[in-house]
Amino acid sequence: MTATIKKLKDLTREKERIAKAREAYPFCITISSGTCGLAKGSGELVKAMQAAVKGLGLSKKVLVKSTGCHGFCDIEPVVHVAPQGILYQKVAPENAKEILSETVLRNNVLDKLLYTDPRSGQKVRYAQEIPFYKAQRRLLTKANDLVDPESIDDYIAIGGYRALAKALLEMNPEKVIDEAKKSRLRGRGGAGFPTGFKWEFCRRAKSDVKYVICNADEGDPGAYMDRSLLEGNPHSALEGMAIGAFAIGAREGIIYVRHEYPLAVRNIRQAVAQAKRRGLLGKNIFGSGFSFDVHIERGAGAFVCGEETALINSVQGLRGEPKQRPPFPAVRGLWGKPTNINNVETWASVPIIINKGGDWFARIGTEASGGTKIFSLVGKCAHTGLVEVPIGTSLREIIYNIGGGIKGEGDFKAVQTGGPSGGCLPRHLIDLPVDYDTLAKAGSIMGSGGMIVMDDSTCMVDVAKYFLNFLRNESCGKCLSCREGTQRLYEIVERICEGNGKEEDLDLLEELAQVVKDSSLCGLGQTAPNPVLSTLRYFRREYEAHIKDKRCPAGVCKSLIQYVIDGEKCIGCTLCMKQCPVNAITGELKKVHKVDSDKCIRCGVCVESCKPKAIFVV
Amino acid sequence: MKHICPPATRPPAGGTSDCPPERKQTPRGGVRLTIDGLDVTVDQQTSVLEAARFLGLEIPTLCHDDALTPYGGCRLCVVEIGKGDKARLVSSCTYPAEDGLAVRTNTKRVVRTRKMLVELLLSIAPSSKNIQDLAARFGVQRNRFKPKYEDCILCGLCVRMCREQMMSGAIDFVGRGQKRRITTPFDKKSDLCRTCGGCQYVCPVCTLRCQGPSAPTDVCGSCLTMEPTCTDKFDEYMCYLGPTGVCGTCVSENKKCEESGGTKELCHTANTTQQPRR
Repeated sequence: MTATIKKLKDLTREKERIAKAREAYPFCITISSGTCGLAKGSGELVKAMQAAVKGLGLSKKVLVKSTGCHGFCDIEPVVHVAPQGILYQKVAPENAKEILSETVLRNNVLDKLLYTDPRSGQKVRYAQEIPFYKAQRRLLTKANDLVDPESIDDYIAIGGYRALAKALLEMNPEKVIDEAKKSRLRGRGGAGFPTGFKWEFCRRAKSDVKYVICNADEGDPGAYMDRSLLEGNPHSALEGMAIGAFAIGAREGIIYVRHEYPLAVRNIRQAVAQAKRRGLLGKNIFGSGFSFDVHIERGAGAFVCGEETALINSVQGLRGEPKQRPPFPAVRGLWGKPTNINNVETWASVPIIINKGGDWFARIGTEASGGTKIFSLVGKCAHTGLVEVPIGTSLREIIYNIGGGIKGEGDFKAVQTGGPSGGCLPRHLIDLPVDYDTLAKAGSIMGSGGMIVMDDSTCMVDVAKYFLNFLRNESCGKCLSCREGTQRLYEIVERICEGNGKEEDLDLLEELAQVVKDSSLCGLGQTAPNPVLSTLRYFRREYEAHIKDKRCPAGVCKSLIQYVIDGEKCIGCTLCMKQCPVNAITGELKKVHKVDSDKCIRCGVCVESCKPKAIFVV
Repeated sequence: MKHICPPATRPPAGGTSDCPPERKQTPRGGVRLTIDGLDVTVDQQTSVLEAARFLGLEIPTLCHDDALTPYGGCRLCVVEIGKGDKARLVSSCTYPAEDGLAVRTNTKRVVRTRKMLVELLLSIAPSSKNIQDLAARFGVQRNRFKPKYEDCILCGLCVRMCREQMMSGAIDFVGRGQKRRITTPFDKKSDLCRTCGGCQYVCPVCTLRCQGPSAPTDVCGSCLTMEPTCTDKFDEYMCYLGPTGVCGTCVSENKKCEESGGTKELCHTANTTQQPRR
């Protein structure tokens, strides 16, 4: 049963005990059940697998484990069979029995469930041979494949909480900070402030009460690094927090997680309870005299609450609005006490740094910034999912080698990095190393690691409009420049998309964007014009085409396009006529059809339904 | 003797020097900074705005009131700090005076920003006299945005007045982004509200309307001269509405009255709200 861990010896003994218990099972089947896996039916799969194990009388031989997200969203749900190490993709509940009877009992590989490499067309058996995984350096996300997030034993089995023991028993706070500085770890939340220095400021602040906060308020559309870590391996962030708290002298920690992440909330809550029960949180941890307690606060889902001063306000029950810095939270933060806030990914990196040393960690990244960064690669990319690479890896490597290039027939056009307030980088910058400074120079940001790939069917003006719409609604509204500025920027871009743009609009856009950037209080406002500024910088021609020629080159903006039927290709099947919701298409069977542009609402249903591809956009 | 670096307060910039830049310490707990090249020593906890005003430098504000906590919402009081690439704009009402800070209150960037902010304000509430005055002061002569004709610019003065001076807290902000507005809880009459009128008293926009002849554009321009129009006719200001007396109502009323056939004297006596003090 669960024994309390009071000393380092207990931890080692626990680890051995768990390892022994695991050895009793010759086979282990791991099923990825993060939110993405559950959406694709891994919940039923786990149940089916457990039932099948029971049905075949393998309860003493096969251990079924449901873990967090493995990162490769396209092939969910993923089943991993150990010790063979075989990976099956897109497994349905009805495959459960087969896997057990064939792979586990007879050692046969089920070809139909294997992953096919789209480039070579060959079946791949092992995870490490899949190009998506092969090119990654999975320091943080690797544990997601191994750990059942609901079991602290699993985390201890992979060496969990050893870093905390090392920090508490063998190091002093200064040494921990020193190690963090050496690692050149920079905040993964977006601003990229050196973590070691941040801790040092907070340590220097004189106060009897200090706080550490884990910022899990991940609000970027299409980004889910933090969610995946909290869902899949909540203890790593907890351990990191405890080490950080020891370094700065805090005794209390708060995890601020958004309520929209129910599984993450549940898992982290369970993890805290387990760690407390085992004595890994609470009073006198490892007999070192250091006490640390953690609470969970749920955020109501405002994007701006990811900003640290707004987050503190929100925890205190005030409106989630940023405050002036200085005073920085390290001096006067939560409840007026020195507070250190780091993002989930930053906290999760800490145990690795303590275990392997700051120098080791620093060698992985670039000169200015050490370690790996998780990106959520989404959009028109062949393989989407969470990608962990050393900082300084080029965009080309991420998008082409790991992401497998562009999905379908289109060409790469741009990649948007850093979430809604990031910028769009064009094709000629594809070899840019992904790093805080290089991205900022190119007019984008690292942000928390969103990466949206776009192909040539994307209209950049429309993209700018989409992100501005998000930002104008998510601005807290305190600063005139941000509240009113983003609204006006949106109005102008919307006008351009509708074909009502004027030539002087581009100058006004630039002028206003600069003012919003310059005069807003917090990071949200200061980066809000990035989508406009970067698209204007790299795709000005597209804006001009919208304004001068009243044409949308990518064929996206509805007011500027028309659907036309090619008389030579049309076979007169009447399918489009039947599909059209507003009866804008006229024609007779086996005769060329015609689109009435006045009636047409540009929904695109006809294009999708047309078999000979006779309908095109002008 | 071995050279010892002072305890670092920030990571060394660029690694050019062995030690981080040293900061001058000012004795007796004060902080020394320069504003527009002028040295000033102020108490700790003083804001840059207060320090600048102490020197007699003028910085425009709209959401600031000496009796209320600084808020930093209107951003009109932005000033430039830092040098080179690190130069940035901060709101002087909320930014604390720091040792060695070099503040510039009227750079090109500051003026350009303020102008755009005034233009944004103008597009929200063109009928506010205060905003029209600001437009006149900064030479904003056009409004490139669609006017909204609203009464509130969300400066939050009323909210702070109600909470901090009236000890009530009957109103506050609700919503965020475009949906942000000021109201009572659940939009119902609040039991906390004593109808004291404090909120109205501090409002820079809704209480003082432009009452002059309605202008053909959002920028009325009548106030550009900033001269009280009453003094054309009288020796003294004729207005109740504050010291400036530039509303221009009397002039327009007089004109109408004269056009409809009244004599000059009659019209003027009928339309003045206050008899000139002799």
